[in-house]
Amino acid sequence: MKRAPARLDGMQFGMVAASVLAAVAPHLMRLPVLIMAPILVVFLGRCLQRARGTRRIPAWLKLPLILLFPVFVILHYGNIFGREPGSALACAMLVLKLVETDTRRDARAAICFASFVLMSALLFDSGLGFALLLFAALALFLATLRELEPRAAATQPRGWRRALGQDLRVASVALLAATPLALCVFVFFPRFGSPLWGAPTDGTTSRTGLGDRMAPNEIQELLIDDSPAFRVVFDSNAPPREQLYWRGPVLWRFDGVAWTRPEYLANGNPAVPQPIGREVSYEVTLEPTERRWLLALDVPTLTPEGAVRGADMTLVSRASVDQLMRYRVSSAPQYRLEPVLDRQRRAQALQLPRDFDPRSLELAKHWRAELGSDDKIIAAALDLFHRDFYYTLNPPELARDSVDDFLFETKRGFCEHFSSAFTFLMRAAGIPARVVTGYQGGYFNSVGDYLVVRQSDAHAWSEVWLEQRGWVRVDPTSAVSPERVELGARAAARADAAWYQAAWLLTLRNQFDLVNRVWNEAIVQFNALRQQNLLTPFGIDKADYGNLMTALIGLSSLLLGLFAWWTLRTARGPSDPLDAAYLKLCGKLAGAGAARAPAEGPVAFARRLDAAGLRGDRLQALLADYVRLRYACQLPPAGAVRSFARAVATLRIHAPASSAG
Amino acid sequence: MNLHGAIATRWTQLLELAERRLPALTRLKQAESLPILLHRRRIYVLPTRFGLMFSAVLLTMLLGALNYNNNPAMLLTCLLAAAAYQSVFQAFRAVDRVELRALRAEPCHAGSTLHLDLHFVADARARHGLRVRVEEMEAVFDLAGSGGERVQIQLPAPQRGWRRIGRIRVWSEYPFGLFHVWSWLNPEFVALVYPALEANPPPLPLGGSDAEQMSVRRSGDELATLRGYHPTDALRTIAWKASARHDTLLVKEFELRRGRDTVLDFAALHGLEREARIARLARWVCMAESAQVRYTLQLPELRLGPGLGPEHRHACLRALALLPGAAA
Repeated sequence: MKRAPARLDGMQFGMVAASVLAAVAPHLMRLPVLIMAPILVVFLGRCLQRARGTRRIPAWLKLPLILLFPVFVILHYGNIFGREPGSALACAMLVLKLVETDTRRDARAAICFASFVLMSALLFDSGLGFALLLFAALALFLATLRELEPRAAATQPRGWRRALGQDLRVASVALLAATPLALCVFVFFPRFGSPLWGAPTDGTTSRTGLGDRMAPNEIQELLIDDSPAFRVVFDSNAPPREQLYWRGPVLWRFDGVAWTRPEYLANGNPAVPQPIGREVSYEVTLEPTERRWLLALDVPTLTPEGAVRGADMTLVSRASVDQLMRYRVSSAPQYRLEPVLDRQRRAQALQLPRDFDPRSLELAKHWRAELGSDDKIIAAALDLFHRDFYYTLNPPELARDSVDDFLFETKRGFCEHFSSAFTFLMRAAGIPARVVTGYQGGYFNSVGDYLVVRQSDAHAWSEVWLEQRGWVRVDPTSAVSPERVELGARAAARADAAWYQAAWLLTLRNQFDLVNRVWNEAIVQFNALRQQNLLTPFGIDKADYGNLMTALIGLSSLLLGLFAWWTLRTARGPSDPLDAAYLKLCGKLAGAGAARAPAEGPVAFARRLDAAGLRGDRLQALLADYVRLRYACQLPPAGAVRSFARAVATLRIHAPASSAG
Repeated sequence: MNLHGAIATRWTQLLELAERRLPALTRLKQAESLPILLHRRRIYVLPTRFGLMFSAVLLTMLLGALNYNNNPAMLLTCLLAAAAYQSVFQAFRAVDRVELRALRAEPCHAGSTLHLDLHFVADARARHGLRVRVEEMEAVFDLAGSGGERVQIQLPAPQRGWRRIGRIRVWSEYPFGLFHVWSWLNPEFVALVYPALEANPPPLPLGGSDAEQMSVRRSGDELATLRGYHPTDALRTIAWKASARHDTLLVKEFELRRGRDTVLDFAALHGLEREARIARLARWVCMAESAQVRYTLQLPELRLGPGLGPEHRHACLRALALLPGAAA
């Protein structure tokens, strides 16, 4: 009865320990043995010790442990800051918190900390299955918090299983009730255009920028990486979005597997582009890439300091970009580039691998013979893509003849597949062509008045060389998916059916893939850009922070209003089912013209009804039943109450004979 | 000093303003008559210290998720935050419309514990994790069904006289301990605390000789009262004539007397402190009751008895308890 920092009982401690384990377990696989093993040992040791008795762990045992773990972390990672060492240390500290958890206050602090550790596990793996497991752990945390609340002695559940069941039910109901509000906040909470603090890169998971090689699944890794690649501040107005092609390495050489950029090709004399119309000047802040590419708007007319411009218009820094790098550059969005192509270049731009992709070669030759002009061939290729190709970030794997396989079999892919196949077709048809990699688009941060381009904006397109006009940019991906977004299971199923045999397996795969993709599309890849377009159906094209906050506050107020209504509503009518049935009976009688007087008891009422000649099938019997159930027993049996309510519901009242006559 | 005064003045002004604006504050200072229904207007909500800590952790998680642009982590944080937030409604629902229907306490002697019974009722909806605190004592209870719940709280009773019960706090932190939802009850209730009993009292001062004292006369005594028949009563005690007049069976109750009456006189106890006299008289009253001796209590301004039985005992002890000077 007296307030005191009561010690946790066995059940409470067990649930706290389970919560700690649930928070640490997602990290365990990833942690080095040097840290994982001590964590497990300490955890198991504490659980065993607690099972034997409730003695506290002495300080001389705790202190060395507290000092030991940071040393281990530094030994392994050489650092305690950053995502990986930080989370390893957090896991260790959480387990140490369990060691000293004895009171309710400790237990609550442990749950707080465990929530944080659980969240940090998602920074390493955001797959659907993993995330679902972690969400289930939330229910355990909340159940533990419920168990930490005191229970009334009178209604204490018997056995720990029943108590746990009650706790988990309370927690699940809370999570379910919270889901709409959580989704509302998730969708409308404004995302940062750029991180508040630099997420330090760890040696093991260095960020990959654009490479000088393009093979299946390489850009794909970039496409799900939402970290910023660079930011741009324009001197004047930014060019329209369809002109935001950020030029990176240009790939000439195709060996049947990958496109590469041979150094000797890039180092020829730079051609001088002739700008048409206005040029734009801007400043780029490039995130560290550990490579030498500098990104610039297609096509750069001015070379920044410390960099050279290759013959293919790619800007290359003299040193690799290991730190944030800032440079000024100008570009001509509309230009004429290299109207005269020398023979050597022309040959390089027509190079094709030997003994690869025969069907594509044949198609291109057929086009050349039938259509003749370059423009018509380009149009035919784009039309082919437009007709029956799909944009997806989860393309099927390709066979050895990757272009053939893509063009005639799978027909699903992203920018890399389209630009590769398109360039191949052009070269096969005798049009000089090359692949350009870089970034497309960007998110204009209206608060900071700058454009942020993310790794996920990575893109690949083609350039073809045409007589008189020089190199002309063609983006085959935009022919397929102007929004670069694919939605719809129907499309996926139709495309998949061609290359999977077992229908049931296919269905299963598709369904699972769909769930995964919906998760990836809707949750993992939800970003500031997507958020901007949320309010388009309501007439706001580019939602800024103000719009988003208004939507957030409005919708969450609505949801909280619903909660408040649920909280404050009072039960209508009697909560007792017997009284409810009796009131219903009285209502029926009132409908038949025999209303009960407010002060009339059931016996007197029955007598009056009898005298008035009002008779139902079993009216008198029912009233007698009510009197018996209500007054003759302390707690009316539930079955009798139910049958009474049923009888009331089916009762028909006949009008009195005198009034009928 | 000046600053101190200024702060005090400002605080008084603030309180006055609050009382003008929120009449509930002053209304709840006055005692109310039972039953007291906890209407939502008198229920207050604040986050607990743990709630504040939890929200700080949630904020950190949110910043981390936003900074790493990690949407699953963001979703996890939102879900946990929303679940934590909605628990305020559950806590509120636990306390809302709870009614304190009755409050009683058997009188006890000073120095022992007072058993306070609180009878809470609510509608049929189950409410968990309700807690009540009277002074420093707490109890946990659940409410489910129409019968309500009787909660017993044991309070110290150090002094004789009327014992006021401080304001009763009913609160809940159900389900997760994040929000504190509470209300104050100030029922019109006082408990009577009898005087403490002297530990080693001298024997009861009896008027007559020992022989006379021991003779028990059962018959021929004057008729004291008539009361209702109980199945255990002997048949010969039934007052048949009176029963015939009244429709129900009545039983004659005789005064059983041992020896002569005794007079417990406050003024006769010379050389004792006032409180010591009261303690001795209270002990003598109890001794006389257990020895079945009729006694008269003579106080400075009051004479009770002669009499015997629970009512008389209560009247005497009450008079002793309420003698002035207890506060001095």
